[in-house]
Amino acid sequence: MKLKTTIGMILLAAFAMSFAGKADAATPEEKGFEIAARADRSDLGFGDSEVELRMVLRNAAGQESTRSLRITTLEKADESVGDKSLVLFDTPRDIEGTALLSHAKILDPDDQWLYLPALKRVKRISSSNKSGPFVGSEFAFEDFTAIELNKFDYRYVGIEACGDLTCDVIERTPRYENSGYTRQVSWVDQADFQIRKVEFYDRRGDLLKVLELNDYRDYDGVWRAHLLSMTNVQTRKQTELVYGDYSFGVGLAENDFVKGRLSRLR
Amino acid sequence: MIMGIRNPQLVAMAILLASLPAHAEEGSWDLAGNLEVQSRFFARDALWPGQDTQAAQASLAATAELRWRSGAGNQRASFIPFLRWDEADSERSLVDLQEAYWAWEGASAELLLGMNTVFWGVTESVHLVDIINQTDAAGDIDGEDKLGQPMVNLVLQRDWGEFSAYLMPYFRERNYPGVDGRLRPPLPVDDERAVYESSAAEQHIDLALRYSHYIGDVDIGLSLFSGTSREPRLVPDQDSLVLLPHYDLIDQVGIDLQYTRDAWLWKLETIVRDGYSETYAAAVGGFEYTFYQVGQSAADIGLLLEYQYDGRNELESITVNDNDIFVGTRLALNDTQDSALLAGIAYDVDTGETFLNIEAERRFGDDIALELQIRAFSGAGPEDITYSVVRDDYVQLQIAKYF
Repeated sequence: MKLKTTIGMILLAAFAMSFAGKADAATPEEKGFEIAARADRSDLGFGDSEVELRMVLRNAAGQESTRSLRITTLEKADESVGDKSLVLFDTPRDIEGTALLSHAKILDPDDQWLYLPALKRVKRISSSNKSGPFVGSEFAFEDFTAIELNKFDYRYVGIEACGDLTCDVIERTPRYENSGYTRQVSWVDQADFQIRKVEFYDRRGDLLKVLELNDYRDYDGVWRAHLLSMTNVQTRKQTELVYGDYSFGVGLAENDFVKGRLSRLR
Repeated sequence: MIMGIRNPQLVAMAILLASLPAHAEEGSWDLAGNLEVQSRFFARDALWPGQDTQAAQASLAATAELRWRSGAGNQRASFIPFLRWDEADSERSLVDLQEAYWAWEGASAELLLGMNTVFWGVTESVHLVDIINQTDAAGDIDGEDKLGQPMVNLVLQRDWGEFSAYLMPYFRERNYPGVDGRLRPPLPVDDERAVYESSAAEQHIDLALRYSHYIGDVDIGLSLFSGTSREPRLVPDQDSLVLLPHYDLIDQVGIDLQYTRDAWLWKLETIVRDGYSETYAAAVGGFEYTFYQVGQSAADIGLLLEYQYDGRNELESITVNDNDIFVGTRLALNDTQDSALLAGIAYDVDTGETFLNIEAERRFGDDIALELQIRAFSGAGPEDITYSVVRDDYVQLQIAKYF
């Protein structure tokens, strides 16, 4: 009886150890995905959202120009389907009313339509221009459209201090075509699981841009950064996105994200 | 001729519609506008008697945009008057309402009453399918300047696409240059003496239906129109001193298609029209291919190629886009000033006539936009349509200030 118990204990311990051992042996890829998934999922469950923001473009000499825009998003709970989003420009005045509708996909090119108010024309546009600058900013289309978890492969790199916080460092590699990046390195804090910084490496493998995400606010469990600053380290140009307060659950539906809506936004 | 004032119904409708939201206690208002100064420099002397002889001709234009949306968000109204004053050609001066409507929006339907401007189609070199709005032909020869159209518009949005019905109770006549104006036919058009096929004249009720959707990479539009043609036949009067616009009743079916794949946009527009003397077809098709971030820069360069066919006979309204090849390029610098350039040549395979068009634009500061246009005609013999404008090559500089 006693022997049996001892053997049982040993077996149990061995089983527990093998389990623990397995956790330790999680590949850097699995660990990277796990951390990225936790960060991504802490932004989810919002249903739909609406936010106004200012985009401040700064050249190397420090000259500024500003664009104001509104972004509405319809969340797709299924991680194999992308979100739908609508970007509407309020300034500069000569492009007021210009709008971009995106139906994001995970690995296939997104469906995108552009609305040109001068002609009142809705134009389906190619979304293969992932790496092109979004409206003259340092954000590329691929940085600006919804960052979907499954668009990347991940690899855990290590732990580093990031400001007052401690961050997991994850490398992510785009799985979709036409990316301007060979890889990105992101810093995810261990307290709130939010992305604090991303480095973007260009097609030659050189550091191209650094994105800093600040002023995180917690909307009942849905986290959003309100100050995004993208610096191109090669040109010294910088773009800041200054977000206002988000509104969630504003009652948006599929019909608010169809191309026919583009001419009826204002 | 000042179109808005000559059409008292339009003015009454505009005032009625503009006053609607005034009763609303809540909601948001937005006021914007712009002022434009435009200068045209003609390279050569005018060809036709009566045309203004100045090489430089200026015009001023102003647009105000007043918009309202209800507190609940399901109603909106818009009032957008447009004014243009031309120093050389009083017929090019214009008072128009681009928009003056009230609209109610449901979850999957919309009802719009009033004047609005609507665009249909996909191609770049000619817009065959686009038929709701009349063209402001004196404003620009490219056919992209439009006059507001009075309408009742019902839109239904379904999973399988958008269905839109238009009832248009009042017709807008095409706005032509006067006797003083450049870029006109050999005889001026007397639009005070328009001739209508319908006994109801401009009060004939025009109808249109449109279905629009996309399936994967293909965007599709189907349209039907029954009513007074926006394109008049220009017929000399008895004394052959002026041309009189004849507006016929037509029926038209239109299809527009775009296939979007990688950096390719493949486009096709085709119409079949039961016109004045016969039923004929017209089509325009081609592609736009874009090279992104050329030479490590932020700039994109697009190449455009379109072929234009039109089967109408010589009894119908005149078209120059009957058997033509259009080749063009689009350059977008993707800078903070949104600098862009579009250049193209249309070549008539039958006659050898060519039309060169260059348009460049750039913003300065936050609210000044500069546009440069160069347009040139060549290859026309005295029997060809564009012979009437063969000495009207011009450079146009336009500065707009936005508020």
